[in-house]
Amino acid sequence: MILEVFQNNTFINLSYILASVLFIFGLKMLSSPDTAQRGNFVSSLGMLLAVVVTLLSKEIVSFQFILLGLIGGGVVGAIAALRIKMTSMPELVALLNGFGGASSLLVASAELFALTTSNLVAMIAIGIATIIGGVTFSGSLIAFGKLSEIMPGKPYLFIGQKILTALVILLLLLLLFQFCSGIFFAEILFGFDWINEQYALILLIALSLLLGILLAIPIGGADMPVIIALLNSYSGLAACAAGFVIGNNVLIVAGSLVGASGLILTNIMCKAMNRSLLNVLFGGFGATDSSSSSGEGKVQGDVNPINIGDSYLILEAASSVLIVPGYGMAVSQAQHSVRELGELLQDNGCDVKYAIHPVAGRMPGHMNVLLAEANVSYDVLVEPQDVNPIMDTIDACIVIGANDVVNPDAREDESSPIYGMPVIEVDRAKTVFVLKRSMASGFAGIQNSLFFKQNTRMLFGDAKESVSGLVSEFKS
Amino acid sequence: MEMMLLLFVLVLSIFLGFELINKVPSTLHTPLMSGANAISGITLVGAILSSGGDSSSITITLGTIAVFLASLNVVGGYLVTNRMLRMFKKK
Repeated sequence: MILEVFQNNTFINLSYILASVLFIFGLKMLSSPDTAQRGNFVSSLGMLLAVVVTLLSKEIVSFQFILLGLIGGGVVGAIAALRIKMTSMPELVALLNGFGGASSLLVASAELFALTTSNLVAMIAIGIATIIGGVTFSGSLIAFGKLSEIMPGKPYLFIGQKILTALVILLLLLLLFQFCSGIFFAEILFGFDWINEQYALILLIALSLLLGILLAIPIGGADMPVIIALLNSYSGLAACAAGFVIGNNVLIVAGSLVGASGLILTNIMCKAMNRSLLNVLFGGFGATDSSSSSGEGKVQGDVNPINIGDSYLILEAASSVLIVPGYGMAVSQAQHSVRELGELLQDNGCDVKYAIHPVAGRMPGHMNVLLAEANVSYDVLVEPQDVNPIMDTIDACIVIGANDVVNPDAREDESSPIYGMPVIEVDRAKTVFVLKRSMASGFAGIQNSLFFKQNTRMLFGDAKESVSGLVSEFKS
Repeated sequence: MEMMLLLFVLVLSIFLGFELINKVPSTLHTPLMSGANAISGITLVGAILSSGGDSSSITITLGTIAVFLASLNVVGGYLVTNRMLRMFKKK
């Protein structure tokens, strides 16, 4: 009797509405550091509610496979989430995006085999969910491969790449039309009467996976924040499309919320690089030989190397220091030493701020996570537009493994590929320390004129060792 | 008609999403992304219906794999987001 109440469609749908409300509140609370953790919890309650109510529904006749998947996936997910190092966060996010996409693809495919009558709306939804899910899955796997350095991080370009990509998209659209309409060209043209929706679905999956790969391989490491945000959006849109497949509102609401949030992040990342999304997707940034476009005829001059002892003397006398972290800080795991240095500087009466460029690192907010891990208070983190106006008053900038986001060429050299990108204008500070392994060019392969400026001092070596060296100078 | 209702919900939710997320400070971009990613695991609802329904073995198989991947997405996403957010402190 009681069970029947819970199995009632009205009850189920009301619960889905409540779940959607919890997602909305959760996301809203995520927008402030004070409430974010509770927000995440609220949103997870929404998920729990949606799952439990679905498990109660009358359509479920057997539980063994569900439990198998739930427990298996839950355990693997929990282990991954608790074990992952903060520096590897971009890889994990990429992988999780991919799994979300794959899951939506499978839901759509499973539904095709369960369809009893042909239904145009359902077929369109299945086709679209399959395409978005497939692109999300394979694109995320490539992003994961690049981020975890299983694959080379450089953009991978070949002749005719754009044409091939365009061709695959065209084929996908043609196939989608055939899949939905049930009119198969191969049947009409060649008399292949064995062709049906299920074969078309397999082909659709294969082509979507191929498209995901084609879209992700030309993306270089420096552009990773954009592609991760975009894949994040896709994973939501895939869930949304799956919602149309099974006619379920909660999937549509949750999926489109995620789709919108991913698109906003993508847009923020593109703006931070002063590039359009199309340029990021197809530009193959950093693959071109940049020596011809920038710095060829220009005398770059000599760099001024400095040792730890002399750096200490300058920093010791500084009354304001700006620390600018980049991907290099993540690579050398220097965030804890950096925090220690920041605290010592503060104890020395110096005003210490951290300037974070939106695209520093490999995913949106990457540097913020690492500094939070190292216990840096988030209110000393500033954005480029806040710090650039007061840059002239800053005594010293310490650039730790950042490159393109501090490149003055973005303002000064119209021929530079990054001209126009909003950067942190560290070169306007009185002294700039650049912590760098060697003079090799950055991820984007662009020369950085910052290294050759009069007020720049190059502190060569591993970022963590250099920072630790400075820390011990302060302590002695 | 039901289709139109679903489309209606879609359009409104997209606008709501844009309004909601627009004000997230850049400090929280990563947790926002992983938290949103966990929400996109809502496809788990569809996966459960396929996996446990009274249908062909192929639907059940595909559904079960989908349940596995979606739960991985959901559990991993929420836990890792929580782990990150615990670290964001003001001193």
